Amino acid sequence: MIVELTLNGSPARLEVPAHWTLLRMLRDAAGRTDAKHGCGEGVCGACAVLVDDVAVNSCSLLAPQVDGASVETVAGLAREGEMHPLQEAMLGSGGVQCGFCTPGMVISAVEAIRLGAAGSDEEIRHSLAGNLCRCTGYGKIVAAVAAHRDGSAAAGGFAGAAPGGADRTEAGGEGAAPAPGVGIGP
Amino acid sequence: MSKVAVDQAHRVVGSELVRHDAVEKVQGKTVFAADFSLPRMLHAMLKRSEYAHARLVAVDVSAAEAVDGVVAVYTAADVPNNTVWVDVPGQTLEVGALKARSNVLADELVRYHGEPIALVAAETEDAALAALDAIVVDYEPLPVLDDPERALDPDAPQLHEAGNLLAHWELEEGDVEAAFAGADVVVEGEYQTQFIDHAYLEPEAGVAWRDTDGVITIRAATQVVEHFRDVARILELPDNKVRVIAPYIGGGFGGKEDMTVEPYLGIVAASTGRPVRMVWSRQESLIARQNRHAVRMRYRTAADADGRLLAHDIDILSDGGAYALLSALVLLYSTTCAVGPYRCPNARIRCRTVYTNHTPCSAMRGFGGMQVTLGYEGQMDRLAGELGLDPLELRRRNFLEKGDVLPIGQPLETAVALPAIADAVLERLEPLPEPGGPRRAVGRGFACNLQPYGRCVWLNDWASAWLGFELDGTLTIRIAVPDIGGGQASSLVQIASEVLGVAPERITIHIGDSALNPLTGTTTATRQLYMSGNAVLEAARELREALAGVAAGLLEVEAEELEFRVDGVRVRGGDRELDFRTLLAACASVNVAWHVLATYRAPKGIPWQAEESWRGRVFPDFTYGCHAVDVEVDLDTGQVRVLGYVAGHDVGQAINPQSVEGQIEGAVAMGLGYALSERVVFEEAQNLTATFAQYLIPTAVEVPAIESVVVESGEGMGPFNARGIGEPPIGPPAPAVAAAIRAAVGIELTELPFTPERVSAAIRAAGGGR
Repeated sequence: MIVELTLNGSPARLEVPAHWTLLRMLRDAAGRTDAKHGCGEGVCGACAVLVDDVAVNSCSLLAPQVDGASVETVAGLAREGEMHPLQEAMLGSGGVQCGFCTPGMVISAVEAIRLGAAGSDEEIRHSLAGNLCRCTGYGKIVAAVAAHRDGSAAAGGFAGAAPGGADRTEAGGEGAAPAPGVGIGP
Repeated sequence: MSKVAVDQAHRVVGSELVRHDAVEKVQGKTVFAADFSLPRMLHAMLKRSEYAHARLVAVDVSAAEAVDGVVAVYTAADVPNNTVWVDVPGQTLEVGALKARSNVLADELVRYHGEPIALVAAETEDAALAALDAIVVDYEPLPVLDDPERALDPDAPQLHEAGNLLAHWELEEGDVEAAFAGADVVVEGEYQTQFIDHAYLEPEAGVAWRDTDGVITIRAATQVVEHFRDVARILELPDNKVRVIAPYIGGGFGGKEDMTVEPYLGIVAASTGRPVRMVWSRQESLIARQNRHAVRMRYRTAADADGRLLAHDIDILSDGGAYALLSALVLLYSTTCAVGPYRCPNARIRCRTVYTNHTPCSAMRGFGGMQVTLGYEGQMDRLAGELGLDPLELRRRNFLEKGDVLPIGQPLETAVALPAIADAVLERLEPLPEPGGPRRAVGRGFACNLQPYGRCVWLNDWASAWLGFELDGTLTIRIAVPDIGGGQASSLVQIASEVLGVAPERITIHIGDSALNPLTGTTTATRQLYMSGNAVLEAARELREALAGVAAGLLEVEAEELEFRVDGVRVRGGDRELDFRTLLAACASVNVAWHVLATYRAPKGIPWQAEESWRGRVFPDFTYGCHAVDVEVDLDTGQVRVLGYVAGHDVGQAINPQSVEGQIEGAVAMGLGYALSERVVFEEAQNLTATFAQYLIPTAVEVPAIESVVVESGEGMGPFNARGIGEPPIGPPAPAVAAAIRAAVGIELTELPFTPERVSAAIRAAGGGR
């Protein structure tokens, strides 16, 4: 069947079998691999995309259900080649490790901020509870969302300062370390 | 080695550089294994066993072959070399064979639920799925062996020719019996850990094709590109006709250390000549991928009245599952780390791992050094309780020091900064919060650990790296390192930038390719920063020396007077300088190479001998840590909530402090899942936790704010005296949580995970927690 939608701001007309999920349509028909297949049962959130601004697990929606809708993957968040400020904040905080959960995590965080559901760290954690991450322990992701919400997101790029920087302590012992590393100035 | 010192010490190293790979990942641009496709690509899937133990009477694939779109169906007889023999190191002499067998596709017998039986390749995924359904397997069920104690009974079902004892390590040091006889206090404990899954977010996946000159090329999510040799053996091809490419990996944690999709992709690509993709479902990954070993530990521990350890008597039985994989080495880590980061002059350590019909167990972050933390730290807490000592004070009285030797004979040659780490953790602790209600209790627990970094010294580990300038002044690094998310690649960029001055954004690193990049070994064993970092450091220093020689001639100064900066080379303290472009043109004109290949070799050692008298060095070095956790226990439901967490480790020198923190925080979160919620559940060796709705990894709500404390002793065997940090922080969370629950409600929990059911039952058994 034919599904017509707006995909990342551009009109798209895709022919897919009716039993395909939105995730499969995005990946296999539209070539959008920035939605990830993590579990296929709506638990991990790696496939999250925005459908008319609402974050959904695209593995749990059938492709025909988005006929006429506007769908945004993480790539759709960029404006005029610039990353979304939340993405910049994720870079500054070190919220990206393996990166597989990241697109879905960014989508959920963008929605949480839009809904005003990122008021406190605890609220951010609840807003991201549908997105599993196995690498970061979540703290640096929460810090990124908080930094973005507060408009103080550290810019990425060379030696971008990170919120909550390292706490480093010199230990004794022979051949003690040289002075702790100092980042290159901005 | 270069004589040219690095004069701008720690200019880039030690800074929180934004990782180049993160910039792509956060935009969804990274092409992971399953994101890659080729024209006319086939789709491959596996038919897996429904039984944990059965004889295959018949496997009928005729109906599957007739499914429209199916190109090929393979069973064991179709695999050129279906039998894979793996070395089982250690005290295995009386086990019989020194090697253990596993099959690419099951032949005659299946020994675990989910074992691959047949392989299907089809034009579409739907056709491949239909073909799997059309395969008819006639099973003759056999008795299931799912208890490791039972596995050692002579009348138990024998799962392999050589019997059920897969491997064992045993040692006795000092006079254990005399130490117990003279002890002021003796404590005993039995501890049980569970099977857990790596649960990386990226399921196992890859694409393969037959490339120029018949080279079977496999681009797959793997921690080990060196598996090209194993695939070649299976395909009966020369080693140099198989190439493995590792793109950026969506998490590994040891689960992508053994092969996953590689042999199957190789079989289809070699036999059909067409590109092929295989992507495992989450259910396949959870059912059939290897687990962390479940381990039963019995500890008997003696101490004097001041709390100084006199002896440990330790018996460890580990469930290795249906095939050998890396169980023997995992057990060696348990043997080495069994007494923890404490001086223990007398020790008897007996470790055994056995076959059962559970899913095979193998590598997972912590690799045998993790399970034993529950045992040795549980014993330290019991001792503290017996002696009325503060648990951290008891530990301080026993901390290892530089120069000490572990019971296995391992010397400790670098700083053991545990006192400084513990101090730093204490400094960061807030007062213990008040309970949130009348039927709740709060408590604080501590745990310390040691974990090796680097492979066993007798494996003669090495890592190579190629560094070369381009004539425009940019720098290229070629190194076959797989990056599994820990910043393996970006740390190397920082190291090269540190030595050569070139700005990180002007460095391109090509990783994870067994044919085109110098091999640097596996991204396992917390070895990659240590090994590939040293290789890049050595290459960078050699390259710097070559360029400095040419620059010194042009600038008419000694090479030692030069400093390498972002834009070129300058005379220290002066204004004479050369930009890289000019310098490289000069190198070309005088025929001085502007690229180098360097190899770093780890310290060597004498292999373990079967004699129990053998003592010696097992690992290059260790990383130490001290963690503290505050928990709140609901006395009625048994729910344990983690209120706060501080985790300290000595990393020698942080190359990228943010990446170090990321490793610590991520490992703590994984360790808290191990402590509180994660468990692969089997019934008659059938896996009952096949989805993320059943296998519960922590979400952002369960994980607290984790404070990572990065201590830098300046001593370590990695580049710039760094230590490895990938695995070490996963050890302490479980025993720390056990100690905190004990402090809160006075119960001793010894079986992981500490689920609400277990905690509430223990509270009731102890009289209601009041």
